[in-house]
Amino acid sequence: MLDLLDGLIEAFSLIIALDPDLIQIVFLSLRVSLTAIIVSTLLAVPLGTLLGLKPEKKTRLFNKIIFTFMGMPPVVGGLIIYLLLSRMGPFGVLGLLYSPSAMIIAQVFLATPIITGLTMVGIRAKGSAVEETARSLGAGSYLAAWTVVREARFAILGAVITGFGRVIAEVGAVMLVGGNIAGRTRVMTTAIVLETRKGNFELAIGLGVILLLLSFIINSVLYNIQKGGKSN
Amino acid sequence: MKLENINKEYDREVLRVDSLELNKGLIYGIIGPSGAGKSTLLRIINLLTSPSQGAYYFHGQPILKSSRELINLQRKMGLVFQKTLLFSDSVWNNVAYGLKARGCCREEINDRVGLLLDQVGLSDLAKRRADTLSGGEAQRVAIARSVAYDPELLLLDEPTANLDPYNIELIEEMIATLNREKDITVVIVTHNVFQARRIADKVIFIDKGEIVEMGSAEKIFTDPEYEKTRLYVEGKVIS
Repeated sequence: MLDLLDGLIEAFSLIIALDPDLIQIVFLSLRVSLTAIIVSTLLAVPLGTLLGLKPEKKTRLFNKIIFTFMGMPPVVGGLIIYLLLSRMGPFGVLGLLYSPSAMIIAQVFLATPIITGLTMVGIRAKGSAVEETARSLGAGSYLAAWTVVREARFAILGAVITGFGRVIAEVGAVMLVGGNIAGRTRVMTTAIVLETRKGNFELAIGLGVILLLLSFIINSVLYNIQKGGKSN
Repeated sequence: MKLENINKEYDREVLRVDSLELNKGLIYGIIGPSGAGKSTLLRIINLLTSPSQGAYYFHGQPILKSSRELINLQRKMGLVFQKTLLFSDSVWNNVAYGLKARGCCREEINDRVGLLLDQVGLSDLAKRRADTLSGGEAQRVAIARSVAYDPELLLLDEPTANLDPYNIELIEEMIATLNREKDITVVIVTHNVFQARRIADKVIFIDKGEIVEMGSAEKIFTDPEYEKTRLYVEGKVIS
């Protein structure tokens, strides 16, 4: 209990003091996770829409693969990306291992199946009816697809929120492919692991509180957008 | 529009139409028991469902199955589904959707949508979200949306199902006015034989995926050719 209290005091003192190391870690965490979620969204929403509009019996295999990847342990995802980016791997020549880019790739790998799967489920709920209505009103393929996405926007936003929650809190994959290098690839989750191992519980708890606060703020913004749209 | 030797099969044959011609300016009522193939016929006319085989003609010209041509033909029709789906947007934007899809300019959209909402008595609700409307209002918006771009053919699948008598009367008046003033050909699928009798010029009776009889409303309801038709319009069980 005392540790937790000390951690809270530490968190607020770090925030108030605008500790440069902390600021660097927070900004890197946000940069990596927000970039990953934007890339994932751009990949996953069209794919989820396409799958959601197909009859379920035609996408059964895809569904199973996506649902399996949705539940994949992050450390396994990290290991796959590690092997692909390591010097011996097919993309080793790019020299991305232990860089923020590698961390973004790992997080994209983790978030894309989640956003795809949840988008697909959201689209499947009424996507066909929306597509048919749009087509019956004279919409071409692109406008009909856009209308389907627009109508499923709250489900898609929910998928993005879930994907963001997964990547911002993720530690195993970014630790593996980023290496937790101070000033270069250290993010909040890997810093928490490091400080805990060093016995700096106050700092670890402080970082945890900041992580929770940031996650709360970002999710609140997304949630308000979602809720606002529904209640208007 | 003319359909010839149209057939639709899923795991079994659900519809077979040897020949069906819809003439301009008339109101057609399609009646028949549940599962007879009425909605499938409507969807085939609208090109939303492809027939397993058969040919379409529009103004005497055969319709090729290129996507461009299908979209162009679809744009000459309006379809109101049995379960109305309005987009989660304002009433105004719902009615404007088809016009935007056709690339109409803003002024034209404003003029047409404003006029239509006025005609269907929904001007006050223009800014309301469509998902807050009552069933009758939603159906009026759906019809307004489908006629905003002046289609030549309006297809209505059970447009008054689950509505109260007041809204049924309003919608029937709307249909009659559109037909009379804009010379729109209307095809209405209905379970309600009285409704077909009230508003249709010609009635098509379908049973088990086949057109049993087609004729003027007067003839179908007073002197049908087939016993099955007579039983159905008299509200009796047909086997």
